[in-house]
Amino acid sequence: MALLEMTEEGAALLEDRFERLADDDALPQSGGVMVSLARFESEKDSLFARDAELGVWLQSSESPVAIAGDLDRLALVALDFPVFADGRAYSSARLLRERYGFKGELRAIGDVLCEQLDFMLRSGFDSLEVQSPNAIEELNRVVREVRVVYQRTADGRATAIDRRMAGE
Amino acid sequence: MYHYDEYDHALVQDRVKQFRRQVERRMSGELTEEQFRPLRLMNGLYLQLHAYMLRVAIPYGTLDSRQMRKLAYIARRYDKGYGHFTTRQNLQYNWPKLEETPDILSELAEVEMHAIQTSGNCIRNTTSDQYAGAAADEIEDPRIWCEIVRQWSTLHPEFSFLPRKFKIAITGCENDRAAVKVHDIGLIMKRGEAGEIGFEVLVGGGLGRTPFIGKSIRSFLPKEHLLSYLEAILRTYNQIGRRDNKYKARIKVTFHETGAEEFTRLVEEEWALLKDSALKLPKEEMDRIAAHFEPPAFRVLDAAAPESEARKASDKGFASWLRNNIVSHRASGYSIANISLKPLGLPPGDVTSDQMDLIADLADEFSFAEIRVTHTQNLVLPHVESNRLPELYDRLVEGGLGTANIGLLSDSICCPGLDFCTLANARSIPIATQIAERFADQDRLEAVGEMQIKISGCINACGHHHVGHIGILGVDRKGEEHYQIQLGGSATEDAALGKILGRGFKADEVVDVVEKIVDIYLGLREGDERFIDTFRRVGLGPFKEGVYGAS
Repeated sequence: MALLEMTEEGAALLEDRFERLADDDALPQSGGVMVSLARFESEKDSLFARDAELGVWLQSSESPVAIAGDLDRLALVALDFPVFADGRAYSSARLLRERYGFKGELRAIGDVLCEQLDFMLRSGFDSLEVQSPNAIEELNRVVREVRVVYQRTADGRATAIDRRMAGE
Repeated sequence: MYHYDEYDHALVQDRVKQFRRQVERRMSGELTEEQFRPLRLMNGLYLQLHAYMLRVAIPYGTLDSRQMRKLAYIARRYDKGYGHFTTRQNLQYNWPKLEETPDILSELAEVEMHAIQTSGNCIRNTTSDQYAGAAADEIEDPRIWCEIVRQWSTLHPEFSFLPRKFKIAITGCENDRAAVKVHDIGLIMKRGEAGEIGFEVLVGGGLGRTPFIGKSIRSFLPKEHLLSYLEAILRTYNQIGRRDNKYKARIKVTFHETGAEEFTRLVEEEWALLKDSALKLPKEEMDRIAAHFEPPAFRVLDAAAPESEARKASDKGFASWLRNNIVSHRASGYSIANISLKPLGLPPGDVTSDQMDLIADLADEFSFAEIRVTHTQNLVLPHVESNRLPELYDRLVEGGLGTANIGLLSDSICCPGLDFCTLANARSIPIATQIAERFADQDRLEAVGEMQIKISGCINACGHHHVGHIGILGVDRKGEEHYQIQLGGSATEDAALGKILGRGFKADEVVDVVEKIVDIYLGLREGDERFIDTFRRVGLGPFKEGVYGAS
C-alpha cells in the first residue's frame, strides 16, 4: 500500500503524518493522528488541545456536514471507499472542497483502484491510499488519460465549455 | 444534428486509447476477468450467454447516414452482419470478439460515436422523442437539451459510481413519445407563465421488478437551470440511495421510501445552493448547441401530394403503409416516415448490414441524411417530401423494410430474452414472432387497431411488459418457460402499469391467449375505441372470465 499525491512532476509518494487510531487506542504523546467521526465527536476538546495535526476519517455513510464547522482546525479529512462501487465519497469530497472550502489534505482510503484515481482527483482528493504494488506507475498512467473534461470541479481544470468560450 | 468539436473528439479518442490498453492488459493476463469486468462495463461491453455483447450509444436516437453506414460496416466486418436496436435507442452487437472491441470503438469514434456509459451504475444515454425537430406539437427541439445533458453526464467524476444505473428521457411536448414517465428522471418541456421555456421534472419512474410511474417534483424549471437541478437530484440520490440491495438501489425506491415530499425538499435544498453556480449554462454555449439543431433547408411545398394520393387509390399495400407508418410533419408538404423493424418472422429490432446501408442511402436521398431510432425498436426518416412517399415505399419494400404495422399488434417491443441474455428466464423473441404470425393478415391487424404488446424474458423488464397494452412476462416455473400476462399498461402521457390477468401459461398457449384477449376486446369495443380505452372502461373482469372461464 502506498500513499500518493500528484505533483507537477507526476505521481509521488507522500509521507503519512497521521497515525490512524482505533476508537479504543490511547492517544500518543505527540504526532498527528486520524480518528473516526465518533471519536472526534466525543473527544473533540482533548483532540484539539493536543499540539499536533488532527485528521478525521468518515465512513461512506457519514455526511461531511458533521464536520463542516470544524474544518479550519482539521489538517486532514479521509473518506473511505468500503468497495470501489460505493461512490458516496465523491459527493462528500466535492462538498468539502466546493461548499465548505476545506483546504487541508483530502485523502481517499479503502478500495481505491487505479481506474478511479482521475475521478478522485477531479472530485477534490489530493492524497490517495492505493493498494496496488504498482501504484505510482498506475497513477501516472491514468491521470489525465482523458484530456477533456465537461464538469467544473474544485480541481480547477478548464472545461470544454471554458475552452470554447476562451476560443482556444 | 450535433457535430463534435475538437474537444468532444479528443475525449472520445482518449477513451478509446484507454480501453485499448485495458483490453491488452486483459489479453495478456495482467488483469483477471474479475478486475476487467468493471472496466469493460464502463464501455458497454457485456459478457452474455454465448459471447460478448457491445452496446453502442446512439445519443437521443439521432444518427446520420454516415453513422448508419459505419454501423453496417462494423456489423459486417466484426460481427455476424446484423445489429439490434434497443428500447433505449441504442444498438447492440451480439457477437464481437473481445480483442477486436477497441478497433470497433475506434471505428465508431471516426463518426462521432462511442459506447461510453451504455452500462454500469452511471448516467446512461439520454433518450428522446424520435420525431424531435419534425413534430408539429413540439415547443423546442428536446435534442438540444439531450446533448447538453450528454456532455454534462459524460465521465462525470461524482456520478460514475451511483447506487445503480440512471436513465433520463426528455420530450419536447406534452404528447409523450419517449416514455418519460418510466425513467429515473423524465423531463417534459413546457412554457412558463410569461411564455418562457422550461421543463416539468418527474422523478422515480421505472420498470424492472418494482415498477413505478414517475411523479412530478417540480412543475416548471426554467431551462437555463436544467443542469444544476439534475446535479441536485443526482447528488441527493448518490448520498441517500440504497446500496445494501441492488434490487432496491434505483432512485424509484429511494423516492418511494423517502417519500415524495421529503425527497423533493432535499433536492430543492441542494438546488438552492447550486442554481447560480457554473452549472448555469452560458447563453453562448446554449446557442452554440442549439445552432446544431437548426431545421434542415425545407423546400416550400404545397401540402397536396398528388403522387401519393394517386398511388393510395390504386395500391392497397401502399395505402396501408401510408395509414400506419406515416405521421404528419410540421413543414408543409413533408412527412415523417417510420420504418418498421418488425417484419414477419424476424426478431423485433434486428436489422442487417445491407438494410442499414439501404436506410443510409434512403436517408441521403429522402431525409436530409437524418435517421432516428425509436424506443419501440423501429427507425424513422424524419423529413420526407410527402409526394415522394411512393418512391420511398418501393425502395423500402425491396429491402424487406416495408412492413406497415407501426403501433399495431405485431409492432411489439421485445427484449433479447433467453436466446441471448444471461438474466432471462424465458425466450421472448419466439413469442413475439409467433404472435405476429397469428395476426399476419393486414386487414385483421388493422381491424384490431392500436395495440402495444411488450414482452420481457424476465422480471428485469427490458421489454417494458408493465406498460404494454398487453404485457407478457417470461418466468421460470420448475425449469419450464412460463408466461404471465398483464393488461392495461401504457407508457405515454397517460402512463399506467398493467394488471396481472391471472395464472400464467406455457409457451405454446400464449398466442392462443393473446388471440382470445383480442377477440374479447373486439366483442366489447364501442365504435372505434382502442383496446386500451375499452380495457379502461370495462376493467380486467371480462378478460379474466373470457380467458379462464367463469369461476
